[in-house]
Amino acid sequence: MFKEIESPLPLRVEAVKKSPEAILGRPATRPRVGFRTRAMARRVRGAFVPAALLCLMATTAFAADIAPPKLGRSATPDEIAKADISIPPDGKGLPPGSGSVAQGAQVFAAKCAVCHGANAQGTPNGDRLVGGIGTLASANPVKTVSSYWPYATTLFDYIRRAMPLTNPQSLQNDEDYAVVAYILSIDNIVPKDAVLDAQSLPKVQMPNRNGFINWEPRLIRP
Amino acid sequence: MGKKQDVTELFGEPVAGNGLLHRRFFLQSSAALAGAAASPALAESIGAGSPPTMLKPGAQFNAYGMPSHWRDNIKRILATNVPPAREVTGSIRTPLQYLEGTITPAGLHYVRNHNGTPDIDPSKHELLIHGMVRQPSIFTVDSLMRYPMRTEIHFMECAGNSGGIAGAAMPQQATAGDLHGLLSGSEWTGVKLSTLLDEVGVDPRAAWMLAEGADAAGMSRSVPVWKAMDDAMIALYQNGEPIRPEQGFPMRLLLPGFEGNTNVKWLRRLKLMDGPMYTKDETSRYTELQPDGKAREFMLQMEPKSVILKPSFSVDMQGPGYYEISGVAWSGLGRVRKVDISADGGKTWAEAALTNPVLPKALTRFRLPWMWNGGPAVLMSRTTDEKGRVQPTHAEWLAQYAPRQNFHFNAIQSWAIGANGKVSNVYV
Repeated sequence: MFKEIESPLPLRVEAVKKSPEAILGRPATRPRVGFRTRAMARRVRGAFVPAALLCLMATTAFAADIAPPKLGRSATPDEIAKADISIPPDGKGLPPGSGSVAQGAQVFAAKCAVCHGANAQGTPNGDRLVGGIGTLASANPVKTVSSYWPYATTLFDYIRRAMPLTNPQSLQNDEDYAVVAYILSIDNIVPKDAVLDAQSLPKVQMPNRNGFINWEPRLIRP
Repeated sequence: MGKKQDVTELFGEPVAGNGLLHRRFFLQSSAALAGAAASPALAESIGAGSPPTMLKPGAQFNAYGMPSHWRDNIKRILATNVPPAREVTGSIRTPLQYLEGTITPAGLHYVRNHNGTPDIDPSKHELLIHGMVRQPSIFTVDSLMRYPMRTEIHFMECAGNSGGIAGAAMPQQATAGDLHGLLSGSEWTGVKLSTLLDEVGVDPRAAWMLAEGADAAGMSRSVPVWKAMDDAMIALYQNGEPIRPEQGFPMRLLLPGFEGNTNVKWLRRLKLMDGPMYTKDETSRYTELQPDGKAREFMLQMEPKSVILKPSFSVDMQGPGYYEISGVAWSGLGRVRKVDISADGGKTWAEAALTNPVLPKALTRFRLPWMWNGGPAVLMSRTTDEKGRVQPTHAEWLAQYAPRQNFHFNAIQSWAIGANGKVSNVYV
């Protein structure tokens, strides 16, 4: 297996030439006899290192100085394009195509309603997706796509990669745009005649767009 | 009275209310407790005095060993009444109350899946690192096996662990595993992520990294680059064997101390970015609503927490006398500094002994001797980590968030002991 490494590894030979003192940071002399206390004996015995152990420590120092191999191969643009399915809030990477609210209602009824309910109100098998706008500061907050999600791109991304649960990644891009349009139309986040595509989807203003506090700056850093 | 004097002689005076003894007791008492063994009566054949297992050969070798069938009650806990579509999207929990030490057997490690466990052929699986890097690169599983490896012990905890308690007005009478079992501890071995990031050359302007799994949910999360460069690992082994399918075979992202969900299993892609992706699981989920209606996002570190496991619900007392209180403590911020135990509902506290090694971002076993007098008691554990963070009380935790929020619950767990020795879950 090691034969496959393309270039010789840059081994630093200086490490093995270091004196025991340099490696241990203290004298490595054999102790004299006649300790006054057992504690003193322990201290000095700790400083006496057998030759075999010294070799081991030199090897360890040696290994730490070996540069790691570089075994990644260059990814081609095509490989990256196929794998890079994520859609950020600015919509970069959204595919061509479009979908209307009316088309989305049909797709939703056929493929989503079985779990999410006829009007996206949820069932024990699938989350409620709509309603709850304005409830987040109340005694009974209701988190849905409509009331809680900050970006419409997240909805497109998630449906495209993970829905329907039993047949993920089966929707055409047009169907995905349409289902997003339909869900967002139920609470009038987009108009009932909306058509969503790569240009219009990132422009959708979700009601809770500014409802989040980024906690990352408060994390404890190393 | 005479009996009390004997107890004091053996164990010293209690150091906190309701019979908690000093943790030093463990070091002093072993000689005092050792008894004399009775000498067996001799018989003509010694077999007559031996247990049956000594009289015939035992079972054959197994290619992969299994736990004792005498303990086949030790199983992971699946939530009951799971709707059909959610059998692949829920979780199965670690039976914490039956386990000791700090390492969870791989087969009992909790699992939180978002659309089932994929069956991945490692010879076809690759890791792509791209985005704001000098050289977008692909790593095969075999190539990763050739990098320098690290071995570290860390806990894994789902951000939703104990969330049922947060949302329940009345305390649920359920085992520690039911309540807190989205928690496990393992030894992980793999490649330091910074080694790979150095190889591909990260653009200094990159601040976030998307991690994506190859499961049917395409699980994806954004994490800060400083974490990726600090102690993140591409984990290939768990407890000495190749990481199991349920834990991400052939590889998972390991982010010590971060919420479980960010430790993406079946890792297939890392994308370096200038900002977060805002995926479904960092917006609709794993965010926590405050009372003012604003939600905290990227609350990624698991705060200090502890739970007493012996005794706990269903691990009941067997009459008055000596017991060892035992449980686990952990913090996503570093080492556990100390664990305090109360047996009187928080009025007085005694410091528990920590079992070595006490490792950063790892489960730490604590123990304290206890002389239970047979009367009512309320046991609580409260940990403080090396950053000085302290576990909040139940009320303090609830006050931070809106009603029925269930992520990052780390309040003190209280167990009430009844006069009959039964243990129940209580809010204090």
